[in-house]
Amino acid sequence: MPAVEVKNLVKRYGKVEAVKGVSFSVEENEIFGLIGPNGAGKTTILRILATLIKKDDGKVKIFGYELEKNDDEIRKIISYLPEEAGAYKNMTGYQYLTFIAKFFDGKDMVEEGIKISKLGRRINDKIENYSKGMIRRLLLARALMTKPKLAILDEPTAGLDVINAHEIRNIIKEFAKKGTTFLISSHNMLEVEYICDRIALINEGKIIEIDTPSNLKKKYDAKNIEEVFVKVVK
Amino acid sequence: MSLINIIKKEVKELLTPATILPVVLMFIIFTSMGNFFGEAKEKAQAMPKIGLACYDNGSIAKIFVEAMKENCEIITKNESIKEVKEKGGIALIKIPANFSSNIENFSMAKIEICWIVKELGISNAVSLGNLRNVIDEAKEEVINYVLNKEGINASFASEPFALEEKTIFKEKEINVPPSLLFQFFSTQSTTIPIIVMIIILTSGGMVITSMGMEKENKTLETLLTLPIKRRSIIAGKIIGAAIVGFIIAIIYLAGFSYYMQSFSTEKIDLASYGFKLGIIDYFIIALSLFSALLAGLSMCIVIGSFAKNYKSAQTLTLPISALAIIPMFIIMFKGYASLPLALKAIIFAIPFSHPMMATSFLLMKEYGIVLAGIAYSLFFALICIAIASYIFKTDLLLIGRIRRK
Repeated sequence: MPAVEVKNLVKRYGKVEAVKGVSFSVEENEIFGLIGPNGAGKTTILRILATLIKKDDGKVKIFGYELEKNDDEIRKIISYLPEEAGAYKNMTGYQYLTFIAKFFDGKDMVEEGIKISKLGRRINDKIENYSKGMIRRLLLARALMTKPKLAILDEPTAGLDVINAHEIRNIIKEFAKKGTTFLISSHNMLEVEYICDRIALINEGKIIEIDTPSNLKKKYDAKNIEEVFVKVVK
Repeated sequence: MSLINIIKKEVKELLTPATILPVVLMFIIFTSMGNFFGEAKEKAQAMPKIGLACYDNGSIAKIFVEAMKENCEIITKNESIKEVKEKGGIALIKIPANFSSNIENFSMAKIEICWIVKELGISNAVSLGNLRNVIDEAKEEVINYVLNKEGINASFASEPFALEEKTIFKEKEINVPPSLLFQFFSTQSTTIPIIVMIIILTSGGMVITSMGMEKENKTLETLLTLPIKRRSIIAGKIIGAAIVGFIIAIIYLAGFSYYMQSFSTEKIDLASYGFKLGIIDYFIIALSLFSALLAGLSMCIVIGSFAKNYKSAQTLTLPISALAIIPMFIIMFKGYASLPLALKAIIFAIPFSHPMMATSFLLMKEYGIVLAGIAYSLFFALICIAIASYIFKTDLLLIGRIRRK
């Protein structure tokens, strides 16, 4: 059974069709990347899969649970990290992780979260005093400490410096090895080439290619995915 | 467990120094104003200090001077404004040599008063007004003397008949003038609406602000993907805001009641005429407040769903403020019973009106309208919660529009 099955997914915002009959599947323990420019429809797809907004058409199954029919069950097994997400500024990092852990049954979640965040003693500082990179690490820790079956990460390294982005990529790879399935969106094509097992190139609400980065590079005789994308779009 | 978790988070998010500080500041302002008016009242009751220069040895001048001495502190007998000023006096009174003789000859006499005004504050006005009363009392002594001398019973002449007053109110005969009745009920129709308005505005503002903050800080999306029922998020926000609203209201009320106490005058006991509240009445008042608060906060959740950020949340509190303030003023100044039918219907339709009116109605044993108000408010709350649940399940909350099939 695939971790994620998406068939003919459609989403409209008024007259604008943001997602135009997208289909793809993600296998268990896979890191799957949705790659495309801003406004391609990546975030909309992730928000639909994270049970935040409703689809207009198509079918989505997550670990066998049908979206919109089993949303409560889906929320128990997924974690969603929105782009530019924030945390409650009046809380400390520790309080925030504790707040999230209370929605789940795990007992050692908070300790695991502290480890993932690598915030050390700063975990007891108020979040309002954290840098952007620290907040992102805390949020990623929040998303992964619950040991989700599927982690949906929207632009996980957007706006971060090289060091913080590198750390986050390593955390994602480490958790994929432990059994978490990842669905990641990014417009940084070099980054996804580095961490994703398979990628879907998306443009103007349509998937235009799906394969492993190496196969795509071979197919389009390109040095990197950026070049592949340019050739495919042309 | 999840609900308690949400409630704790809401209280922590809303109960910040930035929220509490203005309230504490208001508390300090209210108590300071209460102290100020209390002092002004004490000052009014204190003997005014005056200079009294009497150039008349006649009997009527003596009566006037004696009457003044009883209620004033005479700081000088010299006609010296400088001395009166130096000794902290508020007026210099000069009784001319022909004062007594003029009155005895039924010719209008004159007393010269030079008021010394140090500043134009309320406190000074109270002191000066107090001296005016003392002079009027002394004047009465002079009138009594003149009347008695002419063989007229002065006490009878000043009060030839007495008023035996009784008031019919709501089928009850009460042996007090209506002014006292108005004074008693004005406490119910003024203080209680203000208290209710404060609770509604603070708690309602909290809910709307909380929604705005969730969106501005980009925490709402995370919250909505956690394994928690949407209705628990809504309930958590309502209960959390109600707790913080109550804490803030209690601080406000402590300051406000201290302020109001400084104006307290004669107390009347209308309990003997049946105007009293029993335990059940207090329970009904609490229920009325609870149902109105629930209705108000549920409505705020609906309104707050449209807040894009903290700033827009502040603007969205305006309709709630209007809905709380309008019935407050109407109930305070007009009363519900005397309103035209259409206005009555409007006031009834606003859930916040009911706890504002509940105490007065219960004092008059009019249970029907209070219970109807509670039932209406609960129904109103249910409708709003249903709308809020719907909004939380649709795209409206995050992208501002609903999916159309």
